[in-house]
Amino acid sequence: MGAVRSGSLARYIGTRLLLAIPMVWILLTMVFVLMRVAPGDPVSAALGARLSADQLAERRAAAGFDAPILQQYWDFLGHIVRLDFGRTLTDNRPVTDIIVENGGATLTLTLAAVILAVLFGLPMGLHAGRRRDKPDDIVIRLFGILTFAAPVFFVGLLFQLFFGKALGWLPTSGQASPVVQATVETKTHILLLDTIIAGDGEATGDVLKHLVLPAVTLGLLTLGVLVRMTRVNVIQTLGSDYVESARARGIPDRTVVVRHALRNALVPVITVMGLQAALLLGGAVLTEQTFNWPGIGNQLVDYLNNRDYTAVQGIITFFALVVVLISLLIDIINALVDPRIRY
Amino acid sequence: MTVLDVRGLRVWYGSSRGPVRAVDGVDLAIGAGEVVGLVGESGSGKSTLGKGLLGLLPDGAQMDGDVTLRGEPVDARELRRRRGSEVGLVFQEPMTRLDPLMRISEHFTELLKVHDPGVSKAQREKRALAALRDVGIPPSRYQQYPHEFSGGMRQRIMVALTLVLRPALVIADEPTTALDVLVEGQILAMLSELRVTYQMALLLITHDLGVVAETCDRVAVMYAGRIVEQGDVRTVFRDPSHPYTRELLRSTISLATSELHSIGGAPPDLVDPPSGCRFHPRCPDVMPICSSQDPLTSRLADGRRVECWLRGSRVDAR
Repeated sequence: MGAVRSGSLARYIGTRLLLAIPMVWILLTMVFVLMRVAPGDPVSAALGARLSADQLAERRAAAGFDAPILQQYWDFLGHIVRLDFGRTLTDNRPVTDIIVENGGATLTLTLAAVILAVLFGLPMGLHAGRRRDKPDDIVIRLFGILTFAAPVFFVGLLFQLFFGKALGWLPTSGQASPVVQATVETKTHILLLDTIIAGDGEATGDVLKHLVLPAVTLGLLTLGVLVRMTRVNVIQTLGSDYVESARARGIPDRTVVVRHALRNALVPVITVMGLQAALLLGGAVLTEQTFNWPGIGNQLVDYLNNRDYTAVQGIITFFALVVVLISLLIDIINALVDPRIRY
Repeated sequence: MTVLDVRGLRVWYGSSRGPVRAVDGVDLAIGAGEVVGLVGESGSGKSTLGKGLLGLLPDGAQMDGDVTLRGEPVDARELRRRRGSEVGLVFQEPMTRLDPLMRISEHFTELLKVHDPGVSKAQREKRALAALRDVGIPPSRYQQYPHEFSGGMRQRIMVALTLVLRPALVIADEPTTALDVLVEGQILAMLSELRVTYQMALLLITHDLGVVAETCDRVAVMYAGRIVEQGDVRTVFRDPSHPYTRELLRSTISLATSELHSIGGAPPDLVDPPSGCRFHPRCPDVMPICSSQDPLTSRLADGRRVECWLRGSRVDAR
């Protein structure tokens, strides 16, 4: 092993970006094929009952469904490159509009869920790892399995019943009260930010209250994995040679645990959290449906029920791109944390 | 001046079969600037002894006995408090001993901040670079990460991290076992040089008798948790007094070796050690008394201490 210079971070990020291109291409192809494999003609499936045969043929041509399949594929790729996700069949709306209008709600929900999961998951995992096989470790482990195994919609329903109906503490539906929805001026399409910009403290509080149950529901989904991953990695790093050496040098226990054991344990945890991104988006769809949260996932389910193929294709493509982006981000974060990765 | 004085030190671990007596009544003293080699087979308790002196024993281990550090009696808690600043430990496996996410500079900064909180940043860097220079690491590599160094260089850095605090006692637990012969020679030469400059006492734990012959002033031979013979290296190696030392020396390999010699049997079970002298089941010179009574410690005319019934009678004669 030679003396490898650090500081090739830019080159590392460049390589990752280049590698993302074939990844995106494969993803897009998979989305395209999956949508075409479904039987029947998308236009008549979505609109068949409402339009005449002539009108249907017209719509089919407008959506490009009469072109040869390779032509359709080429057009699809070309549009995505220009960030055009197509138009919905049912209400002829650009998918990009859905993403812009409903993306803010989904972003708020998933970010809040991740923040909650990290805020509670890391300390719980660290504590369990330090107190391996003691009663509190066993309780935390059980909690981790339970939250991971429980279906999102079921947990959501329980929360609604308990905190919404029985105790009446928190709202169980929507992103804000109707008054707030109507009065706060839309600027960023992120309601929480808009209320803050408007300086309306009461509205901000209202939005935050609406956020609690969905965010906790979705957060619990990742919390379980995070707790168990943190625990097992902390156990490993606490038994590592460099932790023992740090102790032998008289470094205080707190510093050893946080700076050496936890920090090293986080490298694999970050990677796994990146892989969780897809799970989180899937969970967001279910959570939005359960809490009638006006996010992209909610829209996706609506369009699915209406058999709107182009809308579903557009939204799924967007989700896929987000997952690729997150994994890219995770790669970069890992390289910043761990000098051995940026060869 | 005596830096470390250990009397009747015992360390035992709990196991499902009962306590494992890893160190069972050890007396050992080391003076300033002195290098003592602690040798023995694997499982003889030499590493446990080293870790016990730093209070680094795992949960469930117990320690008992009198330890005096620079004239002050210290217990296990006090030993933990003094590790790093007064007692340093260099480990066997240098590749995994540095935190992979921290630069070499960060290792030094952390260490010096803990032990000398009042020192300025410039002063800290000066001390760190001086310690690194003493072990032959150039300042240009101060900001690098552990993975950018070879095994031998990492061990030099570990030594520098130990010496920068100027501890009175350094315990080196097989510091060269994981390294190749050339690097081993360099590290050992560096350690013997440094103990003169830094006037530290060095306890060198090893199973390599050649290393002891090259670097140590005195040697202590450990068997089944007890030190069976200790004394001046030349005297002990020229004329081993304990049958175990003699057999151990016969087992080494040199250019003159034509046939491999090994000691029959296996190291004893430390949960239920043999009665009397622990070496008696494997001893070629065993006598009836050896299995029934613990041997007495006898001090020979040349200053050696031996635990063997063969010598016990001879010292009476002298």
